[in-house]
Amino acid sequence: MHHVPLLHVLIVSTALFFIGMYGMFTRRNLITLLMSLELMLNSVNINLAAFQRYLYPQQTDGLFLSLFIIIIAAAEAAIAIAIIIHLYRTYHSVDVEDATEMKY
Amino acid sequence: MINLINLSALLLLPLISFVLLALGSRHLPKSISGWLATGAMIFCAVLSLLVAKDYFTDPATPGHPNQIETIFRFPWLVFNDKLSIDICLVIDSLTVMMLVVVSFVSAMVHIFSLAYMKGEERYTTYFSYLGLFTFSMLGLVMAGNLFQIYICWELVGVSSFLLIGYYFTKPSAVAAAKKAFIVTRFADLGFLIGILILSYYGETLDISTLIARLGNPSDTRFLSASAAGFMGVSALAWGLLLVFIGGAGKSAMFPLHIWLPDAMEGPTPVSALIHAATMVVAGVFLVARLFGMFSLLPDVMSILTWIGVFSALFAAIIACTQTDIKRILAYSTMSQIGYMMFSLGIANSSDHYLGYTASLFHLFTHAFFKSLLFLGAGAVIHFVHSNELSKMGGLRKHLPLVHFSFLIACLAIAGIYPLAGFFSKEEILLAAFGANRIVFFLALLTAGLTSFYMFRLYFLVFWGNSAEVPEHAHNSWQMSLPLVILTLCSIGAGWLPFSSHISFGGTLEHSSINWLFSLAPLGFSLIGISVAFLKYARPSDKILPVENQTNWLLTAASKKFYIDEIYLWITHTILFPLIGRPFAWFDRKVVDGLVDGVADTVGSFYYFLRRMQSGRVQDYLLYFLGGIAGWMIYFLYLWK
Repeated sequence: MHHVPLLHVLIVSTALFFIGMYGMFTRRNLITLLMSLELMLNSVNINLAAFQRYLYPQQTDGLFLSLFIIIIAAAEAAIAIAIIIHLYRTYHSVDVEDATEMKY
Repeated sequence: MINLINLSALLLLPLISFVLLALGSRHLPKSISGWLATGAMIFCAVLSLLVAKDYFTDPATPGHPNQIETIFRFPWLVFNDKLSIDICLVIDSLTVMMLVVVSFVSAMVHIFSLAYMKGEERYTTYFSYLGLFTFSMLGLVMAGNLFQIYICWELVGVSSFLLIGYYFTKPSAVAAAKKAFIVTRFADLGFLIGILILSYYGETLDISTLIARLGNPSDTRFLSASAAGFMGVSALAWGLLLVFIGGAGKSAMFPLHIWLPDAMEGPTPVSALIHAATMVVAGVFLVARLFGMFSLLPDVMSILTWIGVFSALFAAIIACTQTDIKRILAYSTMSQIGYMMFSLGIANSSDHYLGYTASLFHLFTHAFFKSLLFLGAGAVIHFVHSNELSKMGGLRKHLPLVHFSFLIACLAIAGIYPLAGFFSKEEILLAAFGANRIVFFLALLTAGLTSFYMFRLYFLVFWGNSAEVPEHAHNSWQMSLPLVILTLCSIGAGWLPFSSHISFGGTLEHSSINWLFSLAPLGFSLIGISVAFLKYARPSDKILPVENQTNWLLTAASKKFYIDEIYLWITHTILFPLIGRPFAWFDRKVVDGLVDGVADTVGSFYYFLRRMQSGRVQDYLLYFLGGIAGWMIYFLYLWK
């Protein structure tokens, strides 16, 4: 296992994070936005797991933190999908540009 | 002494009537509101007579008749330990005389108005305005403080404005009200500056103290006010001249007279009260009140004299050519006030200040016969529904009572022997004879002209061709009663021992009539009457249209000597383009621009902030990310 250096794992997680961020800014579809958000959350999870594994193998704090994040992500996905469904019922679309009522 | 309760009731009753009627103008039935105001005013008139009786019969009355006695004093505005404005009620013989005139004429006008204004929509409002006017005028004559006089002065101006513009659906009435207000306001600016100058040098606003200081040639304040000067005229003279300008504006002296003829747009009883008997003599009252200071400055006195005598003659000439019954009476009022003014102006040339007494005597008698003339004119106008002389004629058969009272009033103003005007006018002429012969001859000429134009009016209205008259019109007793009472006053007012009660500095012994002297004024009056009789009494030849006159003097006089046109020219070609427009530009561009600039800056900042709340989720995400990045940079690189 030790032939994969920490840096490589971090590069993967960083790439994942910025891919997610790119998606957040460029996509219009709310489902895709949700997916991008999940990518960013997972990149954080990878970071946490990697640091735990490589730097503090005796401690389990990082693993528990990432477990919390997974649970929260699941709950958040449920709420987000509920919101998206409601928006779809109101606007007949899941395009983020169509739901700009909350302004000025 | 004088009862404070009587005096304050006299002052406050009209105010209460004004407040009640103004608040209840929509709810009170007309029959109640009119009688409420009239009852209050009759009560006031009785009170004023009581006050006069108390004052003149009281043996404790000070021997010096123009001693100002303070009945009530309340410090209102205290600026520092030297200068304060006290609201006071003062009384002296001048005030008592004015109280009687104002409340008595006001009561007569109220009774007359009950019938004259019947059927008007704003009947209650009319009576409330009359109450406001009477209150302010009574306050004006009882004021013991220059500033208090100024307040009441403006209040009478406002009520005059409101009553001239009473028929506010008529554009001419609106214009007349505006004109009266602007002209008198302009004059009041002078009055205010005069008050400031006098109070600056006299270090007080209280009138009796002021006269004691600035009317005393040995007082240091008098010396400093006489020594200080501007443009070669002493500060005291400037102050008094500016005060006189205020008085000239209210009293319609040349060249500030232009508002008075136009003020006839108001209801006729209002003209009788405000523009004949009371408010327009406020200027004379003011000069008489401050006479202790005026009498020390011969230059100012001669200005008073010449403006007065010129106004008297000028107005008399114009009055001969007018064709509107009320305008003739307005010019006649101006002419008679000119008499009073020049009589004050020449007063200090005799030892006993005969002119002072004569002026106030004329004010007193004039109030009765001139309000009688106006009320008579009101009855005529009520009958024929027109102001124009051409619509009248032969009315003596239709209105016998009005005819008789009008004749008495005309004889009184012409100065025929047993009537009121004879005594006062003769006294003025006597004073003028002793002071200045030119003034005397001009006044004599004016007296002749006065009787000519009054009898021209009389003959044209009551004699001559019979005008077509509506049959339904009938004068009610509310209109007849004031005419009868005022006729009695016009006959009897001259017999009062006026000179023994009202004089300046010592009682006058003069009371008997010098018949030899009286021949000239009587002769001039009779000549005027006969000319008018020959010209206008016969029914056939009714020479009315002055436009046909070839005489340039008569043409100019019928156009009021183009004074209105001169004013228009000055305002339109000088004041508006050279002063008004630059100021308007400065106001719009600089003053408004400053405020607008601030508003615009705030507005554009707000616009920028507003654009941030776009409602797009991704924009908010960007701000969020930017914030995180900013904090990150801060914590990683800048935070120590």
